[in-house]
Amino acid sequence: MNLSLPAASTNAPEVDHLLLALLLISGAVLVLVFALMFRYIVKYRASSSFDRGAVAQKTWIFESAWTVVTLLAFFGLFVWGADLYVRLFQPPPGALKIYVIAKQWMWKVEHSGGQREINALHLPVGKAIELVMTSEDVIHDFSVPAFRIKHDVLPDRYETLWFTVTRPGTYHLFCTQFCGLDHSKMVGEIVALTPPQFQAWLEQNGTAGTLATEGKILFMRYGCSGCHVGNGSGGNQSESTVRAPPLTGLYGGPVPLSNGTVVTADERYIHDCIVLPDHQRVAGYAPIMPSFAGQISEEDILKLIAYIKSLAPERPQ
Amino acid sequence: MNSPAMASTVVEAGQIEGSYLTDGFTVRSWLLTTDHKRIALLYLATITMFFFIGGIAAALVRLNLIVPEGLLGSAEAYNRLFTMHGVVMVWFFLVPAVPVTLGNFLIPLMLGARDLAFPRLNLFSWYLFILGGAVTLWALFAGGVDTGWTFYTPLSTAYSKGHVVLAAVGIFIAGFSSIATGLNFIVSIHRLRAPGLTWYRMPVFLWSLYSLSVLLVLATPVLAITLLLVVLERLFHIGVFDPAIGGDPLLFQHLFWFYSHPAVYMMILPGFGVVSEIIPAFARKPIFGYKFIVWASVSIAVISFFVWGHHMFVAGTSLYSAVLFSILSYLVGVPSAIKVFNWLGTMHKGYIRFDAPMLYALGFIGLFTIGGVTGLWVAALAADVHLTQTYFVVAHFHYIMVGGMVSAFFGGLHFWWPKITGRMYPEMWARVAALIMFIGFNLTFFPQFILGYLGMPRRYFSYAPEFQVLNVLSSAGATILAAAYLLPLAYLGWSVFYGARAPANPWGATGLEWQTASPPPTVNFIQTPLVTQGPYAYSPPASEGEPHV
Amino acid sequence: MSSAVVHDFQYESPSHQAQTAVAGMWLFLATEVLFFGGLILSWIYSRHWNQIGFDAGARETKLWIGTLNTGILITSSFTYAAGLTWIRAGNTRRLVQCLTVTLLLGVAFLALKFGLEWRDDFAKHLFPAASMFKITGAEEGGARLFFIFYFISTGLHGVHMVVGVALLLWIMQRARRGEFSALYHTPVHAVGLYWSFVDIVWLTLYPLIYLVGRG
Repeated sequence: MNLSLPAASTNAPEVDHLLLALLLISGAVLVLVFALMFRYIVKYRASSSFDRGAVAQKTWIFESAWTVVTLLAFFGLFVWGADLYVRLFQPPPGALKIYVIAKQWMWKVEHSGGQREINALHLPVGKAIELVMTSEDVIHDFSVPAFRIKHDVLPDRYETLWFTVTRPGTYHLFCTQFCGLDHSKMVGEIVALTPPQFQAWLEQNGTAGTLATEGKILFMRYGCSGCHVGNGSGGNQSESTVRAPPLTGLYGGPVPLSNGTVVTADERYIHDCIVLPDHQRVAGYAPIMPSFAGQISEEDILKLIAYIKSLAPERPQ
Repeated sequence: MNSPAMASTVVEAGQIEGSYLTDGFTVRSWLLTTDHKRIALLYLATITMFFFIGGIAAALVRLNLIVPEGLLGSAEAYNRLFTMHGVVMVWFFLVPAVPVTLGNFLIPLMLGARDLAFPRLNLFSWYLFILGGAVTLWALFAGGVDTGWTFYTPLSTAYSKGHVVLAAVGIFIAGFSSIATGLNFIVSIHRLRAPGLTWYRMPVFLWSLYSLSVLLVLATPVLAITLLLVVLERLFHIGVFDPAIGGDPLLFQHLFWFYSHPAVYMMILPGFGVVSEIIPAFARKPIFGYKFIVWASVSIAVISFFVWGHHMFVAGTSLYSAVLFSILSYLVGVPSAIKVFNWLGTMHKGYIRFDAPMLYALGFIGLFTIGGVTGLWVAALAADVHLTQTYFVVAHFHYIMVGGMVSAFFGGLHFWWPKITGRMYPEMWARVAALIMFIGFNLTFFPQFILGYLGMPRRYFSYAPEFQVLNVLSSAGATILAAAYLLPLAYLGWSVFYGARAPANPWGATGLEWQTASPPPTVNFIQTPLVTQGPYAYSPPASEGEPHV
Repeated sequence: MSSAVVHDFQYESPSHQAQTAVAGMWLFLATEVLFFGGLILSWIYSRHWNQIGFDAGARETKLWIGTLNTGILITSSFTYAAGLTWIRAGNTRRLVQCLTVTLLLGVAFLALKFGLEWRDDFAKHLFPAASMFKITGAEEGGARLFFIFYFISTGLHGVHMVVGVALLLWIMQRARRGEFSALYHTPVHAVGLYWSFVDIVWLTLYPLIYLVGRG
């Protein structure tokens, strides 16, 4: 019976420290409570009839004391947990993005270079990885216990999860949001390789096109180029009868919305534009873009996004 | 039917003639009763049945998990079984159990009243419970539901092939039963207190049930509208949780947990109340810090409305909401901690007896505290990311619900059994059962904390082989736990016919319910009691005889 | 029934019971606030994320029916309250008259809402679950969502109105039988609270359906 779980990410030992502290505090509380209980049931059992003496009158002193101590201890635990959690929300710049599509009951993984995997994810050790995840159907959850991370994967939106692996090895991937019949079979392997090994793996598993080159083909096939003209597909915007926001240089930059706010054009934003154009209208443009919800698969959307990304210069984030 | 003019009641110790039990022997006199005590027994029979249905489902779940590939062979069956277990146990056992049995029976007695404020509503609430239960059982036995008791969308609205609509309708109906009960309790506690029974002279049990009732009345309607929205989306194939038209599956989670988090406090608050009655009685000491305990109950009820987001730390909500819910979740733990210290303070310098109710209460303190401290783990954001959706959470809530609440329920059942039935249960068997329950429970659920840390997800029909040893340990413990639940069924049933006749106050406890016969006459009190002192007026055993109120 | 007022055995006096019954009705109405509140909050949340579609849907609602119905309901609460005032003074005849007017107004509301407005909505392809929907394009999703809330909220409100009408009929019948007096009219009071509450729910729905997004 193995009681240890590998701590294979930069995050994992920190979470383990927090868990250890929780274990010690819990242990202390339990020892205190059980010790007092045992002491009382022995010393103050009915058959021991010695004079108990006066019962404490000013109980509020005890009440206030243990309330304050409890509040302080809890606040300390909250701060510790929140601090780690906040850092989990902030991927470092330049993280390697890998795309995950969940569906009943498998994990589909797409690397930018076009490499694809099912129920497996090959990664380089020592580099920040950012997973961009969506579901084709119900809510799933991408969970890697060895990294101490998990995140729900939702349909029609992108969720992100980042980590840095510290040790090569193979680790469990579990789906941890009940998703139907074969939920317990929606498992896979995270394969962490040294950077040279990972490079080699990428080359061995490459496909004809990267996500971006395939995306360019789809851009024309789905008719995007009909309105978003002059974006790497030749021609000028003025040749289009429809006025659509230009896509060159879009990715990573600010987009002013019709409600006055400004958002960053990231994967999530572009995904929403394609599937739910009503959500975040661009300022100064009529709401005429049709929704492609249900017409373009998540995998194809990823390719389109990769293509649109390729139209923007590399920006520091 | 049960009019007071008709009864010729004799209020002498040890006699059962002329009690509520003998006030009519026809089936009609039971099924059309408005006597809160009879209604409590109707409910007791019903929830016992549901307990065993939910328990059988649990037994099959644990049986399945003794081999990694799943012994039952069918993931479909397994998914429907754990859903059945959750649905039945949450809505048809844990939420109603103490309130509708002990609450219904004792609240008028503790208030010094003759019945609840709305006795016919009380009967109607039982029929609603039966109807809701029948519809839900129909759904479960007609093939079942495979979404988990949490019904997350879009699985429940668009992808599930189970009887979601039927189950949701059944729970919806049962929800109205809860609301009716809570309404009745709140109005009764406000309006029917005996002369001299001020708020601060009420036993803690009444404060706990009052807090619970506020939750029942305010949170359950939100569940009702949520289930309605799910049913409509499923029937019409379009709805507010559908991302394709701009809806949000997370909206379901917010609505669902807005009810379901207070729901777990609905389940445990009555348990706190029961334990707060038992410990003073068996330590023969007033409860320590009465005002702190009662306000702790009230504050738990209030704060419980503001922590629902801690079920969604990895669901895709914002960072700010997660941080806010984490700190509020720690806050709600403080009053619970206070209660534990207060119970210990009550035992300090007491004169402790180890009758079965006290054993259950002590078991409660131990198991609830274990469950409670693990709540600190899951309230810590980064720790929860690792532990959520694993067996750690399963162990956490079972320690509180089963280790805590079910122990309290059994403790209360034993404590008030003489009052309810007029009979004593066999003490030795009861103590053995309490001990077996404590041991069996820990054997079942402690290994699950470890499984959770190691990463075993919950709701898994089959699992990675390295988790097998701990699963086998847990399932072995479950067989012991099952025995501990079957024993009381046997000896409590036996005691109804063959148990020793009980006097009005076998434990020498304070409280108005002990001032009337065991079992009480239909009208509860021949003369309306007059309350002149606070609760728990216990004195050390050597000094005087029966405590009086 | 004689003029003597009895009370149930667990109460001290008739007025004790009367006040308790009314307290119970207030508490029940609190649960209804949470029930409708959950729906309305979901509405506001969904509109926040789909404003353009919601507004496109809102423009399809019939303002004149909604406004007329609002007037009808407010008047009906007034007539009921008038009836309650009459029976407090012991006048059963006037109570029955006021109840009759309230009932007619309530039925008029239902006829306008379901007989006219819903029928028109269906004819104009505004039912959100239908495959063919009047609004298409980028606004379709949000408009369908708007109409989902529209039909659910007006449907639920309508169910509560029907229950209210049934309660009115019950009160009328008891009043005609002379069961109410200046000393005893608790059911009249309790049903009045319910009726007014259903009115207030409508007053909350009215702007959400007819006004927001129309500007």
